[in-house]
Amino acid sequence: MPYVEGLRCRECGHPYPAEALHVCEWCFGPLEVVYDYDAIRAVVSRERIAAGPLSIWRYADLLPARAEGAVNLGAGFTPLVRADRLAAELGLGELWIKNDTLNPTGSFKDRVVSVALTKAQELGFKVAACASTGNLANSVAAHAAHAGMESVVFIPSNLEAGKVVTTAVFGGKLIAVDGNYDDVNRLCAELASEHPSWAFVNVNIRTYYAEGSKTLAFEVAEQLGWQAPDHVVVPVASGSQLTKVAKGFKELFAVGLLDEEPHVRVSGAQAAGCSPVAEAFAAGRDAIKPVRPETIAKSLAIGNPADGPYALDAVRESGGGFGCVTDDEIIEGIRLLARTEGIFAETAGGVTIASLAQLVRSGVVRPDERVVAYVTGNGLKTIEAVSPSCGPTVTINPTMDAFAAAVEIDPAGAPTPASSGAWGPQAHARPSNIPEV
Amino acid sequence: MPVTVRIPTQLRPLSAGNSEVSVEGATVVEVLKALEAAHPGFHDRLFDETGKLRRFVNVFVADEDIRFLDGIDTAVGEGSTVSIVPAVAGG
Repeated sequence: MPYVEGLRCRECGHPYPAEALHVCEWCFGPLEVVYDYDAIRAVVSRERIAAGPLSIWRYADLLPARAEGAVNLGAGFTPLVRADRLAAELGLGELWIKNDTLNPTGSFKDRVVSVALTKAQELGFKVAACASTGNLANSVAAHAAHAGMESVVFIPSNLEAGKVVTTAVFGGKLIAVDGNYDDVNRLCAELASEHPSWAFVNVNIRTYYAEGSKTLAFEVAEQLGWQAPDHVVVPVASGSQLTKVAKGFKELFAVGLLDEEPHVRVSGAQAAGCSPVAEAFAAGRDAIKPVRPETIAKSLAIGNPADGPYALDAVRESGGGFGCVTDDEIIEGIRLLARTEGIFAETAGGVTIASLAQLVRSGVVRPDERVVAYVTGNGLKTIEAVSPSCGPTVTINPTMDAFAAAVEIDPAGAPTPASSGAWGPQAHARPSNIPEV
Repeated sequence: MPVTVRIPTQLRPLSAGNSEVSVEGATVVEVLKALEAAHPGFHDRLFDETGKLRRFVNVFVADEDIRFLDGIDTAVGEGSTVSIVPAVAGG
């Protein structure tokens, strides 16, 4: 916080004070935090960060809120896992998974919410609110409970049961809206004007909130021994996360934490049923045409992505690309990551892995690159996606004979189907009852 | 034909602090022209130099994004509401 000079419109450059403002009143462009990088460069060091907490707050010098008294459930510093088995399947040399499923509420949203509610408390807010596709709902409700704030969380009424329960349990107000996320978003944008005493983390606190995603870049660089990767693959909903990951690597160099200027290629991942940014990229357009989402990847189902133009810029200027994958590919992506690396991702993670596979096939992601794929939400939240195709291999009576009839053990010691036995859903069954969005 | 226009916080200094303004118009562009006539300053905030809506301005007629309808030529029925809404980050 001491290093924040103010806010500035990303479109027209108009300056604003560091208050609960998110939109330029002159051109409606989003506001960005302006830091005093010279001052940060003078204090920040790898040692100072290493001595900090094992959370996003170790990077407090580069965040727009104070670490002391932060609303902190321990978001961040999640594992960066070397994924050799997945790399071999995909034909890559060096692949890492940023396993952000292991945050307090199971998604990267804990990073942005920890920053947003810390700033909201600094600004004197008592009520936390948000429009959410689910992960943000979980995180706002949990962090508000921890901080003793009231919460009002708005979600589309057709959300996965897991995400509804894991929000409601924290005891705040949970408003299910009959409509898609873009309807919820529009409602909240209008409500924010009428309830200025509420901290809508992704509306009036958005400027600070979005900065939390930079820690996804900071951690990866630190975990790679203060080196930037060659290529990152990031899921795209509103486009904010991808934009901030790209910014994060640049900031590390700007403040002297990276020795060499990083040239990280940034690629985006979208579901074919909601791919307005990928479509603009493929068509060479600057304008993002909103779409009506129709995908099982509900956490990415934003048809009117606010930061889409900036995500598009970041991908283009870095020489990256976009993956755009079907629901079947998303499910296969979840299962591929699970069976090769032991990481269970939600549908957005399936989008990322399937997009990575697509980008390798098309030659955008190259075998000689050090690649990081961001897996940003936990599979336990969206078991509906894989439950039709994941169940017991076989169900038997509790007898030795029943086991022997169903399972043979091959000479290497591995269980295989008995000649007469039938394997169950693990044997690549096709998904049959994927819920409609 | 009176139409209600809902004004976001950022633009209320132009509407004397009012959250809603009533103007006449049969299409979005007519409504926004009438808004400019009643409260000068709106046009420059909402449209860029080429006369197109700025890219972070969202306009809704009866809660429907006009980009799914006929853009600024979208018809506005009597008594319906036009909302001007800034873009919101993801969730």
